[in-house]
Amino acid sequence: MPVENPRILTKNYDTPNSWTLAAYEASGGYQALRKAIAMGPAAIREEVKAANLRGRGGAGFAAGVKWSFLKTRTDMPSYIAVNADEGEPGTFKDRTLMEKDPHRCVEGFIIAAYALDVHTVYCYVRGELVLAIKRLEQAVREARAKGYLGNKVLDQDFKLDIVVHSGAGAYICGEETSLLNSLEGLRGEPRLKPPFPAVVGAFGAPTIVNNLETLATVPSIVEMGGDAFSKLSRLHHMKDGGVRLYGVSGHVNRPGVYEAPVGITLRELIDDLGGGVRTGHTIKAVIPGGSSTPVLRESDTVHAPDEKHPLHAWHGKSHLDVPMGVDTMRGLGTMLGTCCAIVMDDTTSMVRAAENLMVFYAHESCGQCTPCREGCAWMAKLCHKFADGTATQVDLDTLADVANNIIGNTICALGDGAAMPMLGILKLFRNEFEAAIGKPAPHLGVRAA
Amino acid sequence: MAFELTPERLAIFEELLPKYPTKQALSIPLLHICQEQQGHITDEVIGYVAKKLSLSTADVKGVVTFYTLFQQKPVGRNVVWVCRTLSCELMGARDITRALEEKLDCHVGETTKDGEFTLLEAECLAACGGGPMIQLNDEYFEHLTPEKLDAILEGARRKKDGRCAVTFSPIGIRARKEL
Ligand SMILES: Cc1cc2nc3c(=O)[nH]c(=O)nc-3n(C[C@H](O)[C@H](O)[C@H](O)COP(=O)(O)O)c2cc1C
Ligand code: SF4
Ligand code: FES
Repeated sequence: MPVENPRILTKNYDTPNSWTLAAYEASGGYQALRKAIAMGPAAIREEVKAANLRGRGGAGFAAGVKWSFLKTRTDMPSYIAVNADEGEPGTFKDRTLMEKDPHRCVEGFIIAAYALDVHTVYCYVRGELVLAIKRLEQAVREARAKGYLGNKVLDQDFKLDIVVHSGAGAYICGEETSLLNSLEGLRGEPRLKPPFPAVVGAFGAPTIVNNLETLATVPSIVEMGGDAFSKLSRLHHMKDGGVRLYGVSGHVNRPGVYEAPVGITLRELIDDLGGGVRTGHTIKAVIPGGSSTPVLRESDTVHAPDEKHPLHAWHGKSHLDVPMGVDTMRGLGTMLGTCCAIVMDDTTSMVRAAENLMVFYAHESCGQCTPCREGCAWMAKLCHKFADGTATQVDLDTLADVANNIIGNTICALGDGAAMPMLGILKLFRNEFEAAIGKPAPHLGVRAA
Repeated sequence: MAFELTPERLAIFEELLPKYPTKQALSIPLLHICQEQQGHITDEVIGYVAKKLSLSTADVKGVVTFYTLFQQKPVGRNVVWVCRTLSCELMGARDITRALEEKLDCHVGETTKDGEFTLLEAECLAACGGGPMIQLNDEYFEHLTPEKLDAILEGARRKKDGRCAVTFSPIGIRARKEL
């Protein structure tokens, strides 16, 4: 079936000056906020639940359920911390929302704050994204001048301020508790959970941390109704609702960010949206949703003969023909992650790809946990050896060993996020590591012939 | 000489201060504002930030060393960050780095002799679909080839209006002026 082409999140992307209040209002902007206020907080929360909105930041937790965990207190305020730290390699979707439609983000923050009785929203944006920060700040100023923010939002007895907060370059600050420490002005080191942010978050107060796209989706949920929004998804029956932004990068003809229903397949993302793998080449491997998600191959097929298996409907099909959903990707042994795929064609050395990623994790580990700090650096070092041809058979076993010793032994998910893709590559492409013993691996990015 | 923010920059800090329940929350924003003025984070800047926020200099130094955007030594008038991460490397980021090293006659991590450019490697800059790419001060340049670099570097050389690393900051005077 052809990929549906909804224009909900990306509705304004091609409008001239789409980032201005005038353009946003001309396309019906801030009407959802008026409707939301008429509905009242409890009804908004119900619609978000009915929307089956799974978090767009990576873990895919249901937003409506997360909101119900907020433990408001009488002795302190509650906060929303928006996660716009977008740093997961391969991921470049939130930046487009901030740059092209910052008012959609702001409207989403306001509705969420109204629904949760929050009076301050901190939007944590990675510091490199100067244009995104400027556009968001301008949107906040315009919204304040228009009475959408301030002491009386749309003349209601509801007070709200949005603070755009800039990070300073650290992937780990995308992890929600590290983000909170960074917001508080500390080093961005993750905290032990529990307590979860919804109980003890920013400045010790209950805090909901949501990805920017998650919240930018809320105006459309209010506008359409939760159930109608959810049904746009091909995986509505699996409680994975609506539309979302997809990214595709690497060896495709038309890399970019595209909007589509939840549950299109990787093949559709690559062929129909991404214009297919580079002309003259075949797909070797696909990382489905950011670098922390284990790699998939076209030649692997789903084995789920049991009718009760969640993937039974796709029994015998290629992994690339399974719908991209939070639970379906988990069923394949990988993760949906950020829904931004990295495509590698037949010219790619998987040894070099692993080396590139392990250097990233070694650089970004915050250093609090020994297995992650030492393990990521060690994996990078071993990958260097395979890449330059100096590795031995023993190194192959050590690499798997080191990875296995990280998993489950760290404070945050960065360690697992490095070890799991490493093990995934080793499992599917062990032959390339064996071939690299005594022989340097070809570099990446050699121009296609 | 002791470091002081210009009144215009101090005003930005004072506007931000009441938006947070603690002073410490201002450490990253205030460091950005100081770096915009000073170009990099000196011991005097650390002392100033510590005093302004009632923190120890060790606290502030801990923050400075944690985050890659805080420069701990002087940088050139322009800073070039080349993304080295996977999507970009698949599309030829290594060629871009090599071409930059040749054209600027310096290695990654160094500043050109004339002080015009500092060349640095970055981890994924959230522009993966545009790889290979660079960030030049606060601007992104995507879908690069070595041939496209000359015009980009030349453009930066010619700009003498203060569009340079010293004033590059996500918050600060310039970010506001261009809103
Ligand atoms: C190492 C690491 C980096 C992360 N980076 C991001 C990020 O850049 N943006 C994001 O939204 N979530 C990121 N997350 C996920 C967040 O911890 C959190 O789950 C998410 O912001 C929750 O929002 P959601 O429920 O709306 O998806 C990261 C997690 C880890 C472990
Ligand atoms: S797992 Fe790694 S990044 Fe996470 S807290 Fe531990 S050392 Fe830091
Ligand atoms: S990998 Fe270069 S911008 Fe993401």
